[in-house]
Amino acid sequence: MANIISDETIEYVGILAKLELSEREKEQAKKDIGRMLDYVDKLNELDTAGVEPMSHVFPVHNVFREDVVTNADDRENMLKNAPAVKDGSWKVPKTVE
Amino acid sequence: MQTKGMTALELGQKIKEKEISVKEAVLESLEQIHLLEGTLHSFVTVDEEGALKRAEEVQRGLADGTVTGVLAGVPVAVKDNICTKDLLTTCSSKILYNFVPPYSAQAVDQLKAGGAVMIGKTNMDEFAMGSTTETSAYGVTKNPWNTAHVPGGSSGGSCAAVASCEVPYALGSDTGGSIRQPSSFCGVTGLKPTYGTVSRYGLIAYGSSLDQIGPIAKDVSDCAAILEMIASYDRKDSTSVKREGYDFTSALVDDVKGMKIGIPSDYLSAGLNEEVKEAILKTAEVLKAKGAEVEEFPLCLVEYAIPAYYVIASAEASSNLARFDGVKYGYRAEEYNGLHNMYKKSRSEGFGEEVKRRIMLGSFVLSSGYYDAYYLKALRTKALIKQSFDRAFEKYDVILGPVAPTTAPRLGESLSDPLQMYLGDIYTISVNLAGLPGISVPCGTDAKGLPIGVQLIGDCFQEKKIIRAAYAYEQARGSWQAPELAQKGVE
Repeated sequence: MANIISDETIEYVGILAKLELSEREKEQAKKDIGRMLDYVDKLNELDTAGVEPMSHVFPVHNVFREDVVTNADDRENMLKNAPAVKDGSWKVPKTVE
Repeated sequence: MQTKGMTALELGQKIKEKEISVKEAVLESLEQIHLLEGTLHSFVTVDEEGALKRAEEVQRGLADGTVTGVLAGVPVAVKDNICTKDLLTTCSSKILYNFVPPYSAQAVDQLKAGGAVMIGKTNMDEFAMGSTTETSAYGVTKNPWNTAHVPGGSSGGSCAAVASCEVPYALGSDTGGSIRQPSSFCGVTGLKPTYGTVSRYGLIAYGSSLDQIGPIAKDVSDCAAILEMIASYDRKDSTSVKREGYDFTSALVDDVKGMKIGIPSDYLSAGLNEEVKEAILKTAEVLKAKGAEVEEFPLCLVEYAIPAYYVIASAEASSNLARFDGVKYGYRAEEYNGLHNMYKKSRSEGFGEEVKRRIMLGSFVLSSGYYDAYYLKALRTKALIKQSFDRAFEKYDVILGPVAPTTAPRLGESLSDPLQMYLGDIYTISVNLAGLPGISVPCGTDAKGLPIGVQLIGDCFQEKKIIRAAYAYEQARGSWQAPELAQKGVE
């Protein structure tokens, strides 16, 4: 495997991805990502100098509209799926010490 | 009346002519589901009560003239990553095990406006990440042609439900082949529209720049009619395209005289199963005999589509799936220590292996230091792939090729080696990268009796050309055949 993923890298990826990984999962992820990157390195065969990165296939532009409220206050409906609710709001663990 | 073998349009016609009531049509669909679900497991949720209530509503609408669609009263199944108001929508993931959307996807609303009766939500690979429907958190779906084999994926539930006559038609979604590949494996017809044609509003995002909702049915006419119902310009989807020519059924013409069809020679080389190749070339011969001009040509860059796709799709997935954090809806871990730990635990316990794999890869390629080397490189490759298609469509009306290198693999064979599984997407993935429309049409079976599909690809907004070519081929091929397992239910 040409791409060796270090312990530090996988820790960092875990932070970015907001995933808590077991030791076994970390080892597997190192292998999986390394193997995928080896494969993705195939793209380096292509000369892409001067080619603009294409994020969208059509020449679309930002779409603007007037900032007018079209939907009603749907608080009760929106809270129906909440794992925890308090006083008509989503309840989460304390965020500020 | 026996309706199970009928196409959606045929059933719609019978309902209109009052030869069958909407309720009878719904009951027939439910009967087939009861008979086969134990074996196939196409559905995550079957909404019997809702469907029967809706049947009455549509019947009244037909009587008073407020409902007039060609598919009014015809049952439909919807992939479980498409939001349906008041009906469980799980994405086949534990993290959405209890999610009941407060709104419906635009495509679902448009189906409803046409008088559709939704029967339930179909199984899929978790968050549409997979090619076999085996990564679902709610069990695997089996192929109606041979239950030892996978139905393909990620819209495996939708395709199995249509193939087994549980429903006349279904909606799927296609990010890298997820409508076309399972359609090929299940012997049904599935169409992925040009990017921006069907609103993504209410489609739970995987790779937003690639995702499209599309129809899955028994034949090309149904697909054209369904696409007419679900396509629209929608302000709620910022990438929706104001396009022309939504009259897709006008292309159902049995005439390909003078049509220029190109077969990418690089699609026929190593890796393509011989039986699949033979069936594809036979399809080309049929179109040639009908007056089309068919030739092989080098498409180029074919082998770069998969690595570019997995970088782009994973990057977009890592961003899109950041919203699942256990705060507003879905799964929240039972035990945690503070807010960040709650996010991490909910996500780690809620997502399956393949989803985590792609989120991690995506997070990595977007991280500083790797962004240029991987993400931007993939976007540059995407531009080159688009250019090679542009060049091809200067010469050809339609590109013809296989959908997948093989027929449906056996259950349990694919997940052990993800990279090998990804390679199976080689013929479908570049179509998503370039935003093109593509259709999979049944064109034969292999020695084991498993279906083979042919793929017809059009230039952007040229759905009508592929519909016309597919329809002409279908006229020569003959009408759709149900698998034996479904016929038991039909007789």
